[in-house]
Amino acid sequence: MTIETKKSKNLLSDAGVSRRGFVKGAAAVTGAAIGSGAITGFPTIWAQNIKNVTLRQFGTGVSNINAVADKVKEDLGFTLQMTALDSDAVAQRAVTQPNSFDIADIEYWICKKVFPAGTMQPMDTTKLKNYQYISKLFIDGKLTPDSEIAQGTAPHTVGFVEGADSTTFASAPTQWMTLIPTIYNADTLGIRPDLISRPITSWADLLDPEFKGKASILNIPSIGIMDAAMVCEAMGEVTYGDKGNMTQEEIDKTIAVMIDAKKAGQFRAFWKSFDESVNLMASGEVVIQSMWSPAVAAVRSKGIACTYQPLKEGYRAWGGGIGLAKHLSGLELEAAYEYIDWYLSGWVGAYLNRQGYYSAAPETAKKFMSEDEWGFWMEGKEAQGDILSPDGKVMEKAGAVRDGGSYEERMGSVACWNSVMDENKHMVRKWNEFIAA
Amino acid sequence: MAFDTSKRSSYFLITPMAAIFAVFLVIPLLTIVIVSFWDYDEYRILPDFILENYSYLLGSSVTWKIYLNTLKYAALTWVFTLSIGFTVAYFLAFHVRSLTWQIVLFMLCTIPFWTSNIIRMISWIPFLGRNGLLNSALINLGIVDQPLEFLLFSDFAVVLADVHLYTLFMVVPIFNSMMRIDRSLIEAARDAGASGFETLKSVIVPLSKPGIAIGSIFVITVVMGDFITVRLMSGGQSASVGLQISNEIGLLQYPAAAASAVVLLITVLLIVTGLLRLVDIRKEL
Repeated sequence: MTIETKKSKNLLSDAGVSRRGFVKGAAAVTGAAIGSGAITGFPTIWAQNIKNVTLRQFGTGVSNINAVADKVKEDLGFTLQMTALDSDAVAQRAVTQPNSFDIADIEYWICKKVFPAGTMQPMDTTKLKNYQYISKLFIDGKLTPDSEIAQGTAPHTVGFVEGADSTTFASAPTQWMTLIPTIYNADTLGIRPDLISRPITSWADLLDPEFKGKASILNIPSIGIMDAAMVCEAMGEVTYGDKGNMTQEEIDKTIAVMIDAKKAGQFRAFWKSFDESVNLMASGEVVIQSMWSPAVAAVRSKGIACTYQPLKEGYRAWGGGIGLAKHLSGLELEAAYEYIDWYLSGWVGAYLNRQGYYSAAPETAKKFMSEDEWGFWMEGKEAQGDILSPDGKVMEKAGAVRDGGSYEERMGSVACWNSVMDENKHMVRKWNEFIAA
Repeated sequence: MAFDTSKRSSYFLITPMAAIFAVFLVIPLLTIVIVSFWDYDEYRILPDFILENYSYLLGSSVTWKIYLNTLKYAALTWVFTLSIGFTVAYFLAFHVRSLTWQIVLFMLCTIPFWTSNIIRMISWIPFLGRNGLLNSALINLGIVDQPLEFLLFSDFAVVLADVHLYTLFMVVPIFNSMMRIDRSLIEAARDAGASGFETLKSVIVPLSKPGIAIGSIFVITVVMGDFITVRLMSGGQSASVGLQISNEIGLLQYPAAAASAVVLLITVLLIVTGLLRLVDIRKEL
């Protein structure tokens, strides 16, 4: 059940004084009144002409959701143009065409490469009312005070710079944030429980000869190598200093293990796009493979059993955020701050949570979700009623429990974050050897 | 004076064609050649003059493996498309007597080409899969008791799809050549006592050579540069030169991709030159 917070479309032209939130939606919504409050009371520095502002956002497909642009128009009054590109193109454009965007929606590992190029500006966190609600994971890397910091490009390591004009990442949180986190998740292996008779507990099971000819791995080098490393480490074949930044020797050893497995006929196919992974799994060509959360949901929606299997070694996590282009100033900059604060205020967070991703400010998202939704997606509780996707399709029936359990269980056991390695060129070449072997 | 004018007017007449070639062929090709000597890092291409792209490409065992694999696909596809294409064209040209039926049957061959070739390729996947139509049928008929795994995501699947996609490229030029063969030559051969096979060998095949050469050029160049068939039908498990280039572009390694493209272009040009040495296709044109 979605709760819609509707606002009068031209509230901003009413000098921004009479802002009223209309709440309509589910009966079970007790927090609704508070929810509508979450988007009132923004600073009203801008005048009527805010409506003429158009912000151009570009980024990877996952969070470029048209519903968000529509809602921005409704709540904030200005226009948000979204362009979806693949992650390589996003990175390239952020560096080479700094005036082609106002808001960059990029992953943290891309940020590590892009931010030092000086085409973006850090955000003043004191201007963001909702900064306080951002998950600790993005501030100091620790979800709970005693959790361990994962390997790879952990978001907090590239989340702050030392000053307003700095491009040097700060080692501790500062007032200047590079990206405001928006969307993230923990990835693992997907399996077909109906075609696998034994419990799957480890990444090493991907190369278990039992699944000869029925395994798959994703063929996107920078992510595939991480999954491969999780497997090799679990098998005890290779030990890594940092899986997120391997040495040439570690890369060579990892690829050697994968080539041996390939030659032995372990893999049925490699996939590159979302729909390929869904088809491989749904058709039964593959019973165990690297997978993304919405792909698992897509297989299940066909009525085919598919589990997003939690593994004892932990998850491979990824995260993205939105940041400001260097050239933004004046009214546009204010609008961008307004937008970013709004992003954290809960509506988008709830939307993302319902897709199986996580919101960076869980507390605010909670106000926009029903108790049952919150319990299912975030607390690992059994669903009381049907769980719907943001566009109203039934994703899970009553009684279902989310694979991997609660937010703390899933995001608390991240082994490694997506990253870009110093030895990237070497890695890509070795990966090509693997594919050609 | 008259000579000068005609010379000038012929220059004038070839200008549009030359301009189109320059803009759409020569300049892009030169750009590719130039970029192939540039340097690159993760997100940028850096103007430079380095030989590293080529030295890595030619020195890597992966490249040789990929070329061998691509040539294997090209050779297998060529053999099958040629034998099927020649047979179909022969049937159409010599066994079907009425022109109407020739046209009807020829049109029939082209019908599959009214759909996108991606669709024609992808439709093999559910057909050949582990739980696909073919395997289910074979199991239900009791011919095999385990699904045949080699049918999909294998070299077999790649060559099958290539043959399916490109046989028509063989049929059309061979059919065209055969239709130009003077029927009295065949009668003469029969009168001289040649058997059907001897007529085929000594009259029809030599006279169809230009068609065979043109068809071969089509098929070989297309298969050599293909990446999507290889990727989809091998399940990403095999590599081809085209796929390598596509991967490099995906990773923004444009100079490396350009170097691969130049090497591929040279390879294909060598093959085509070889073919043209064997057969004079001007006769056809």
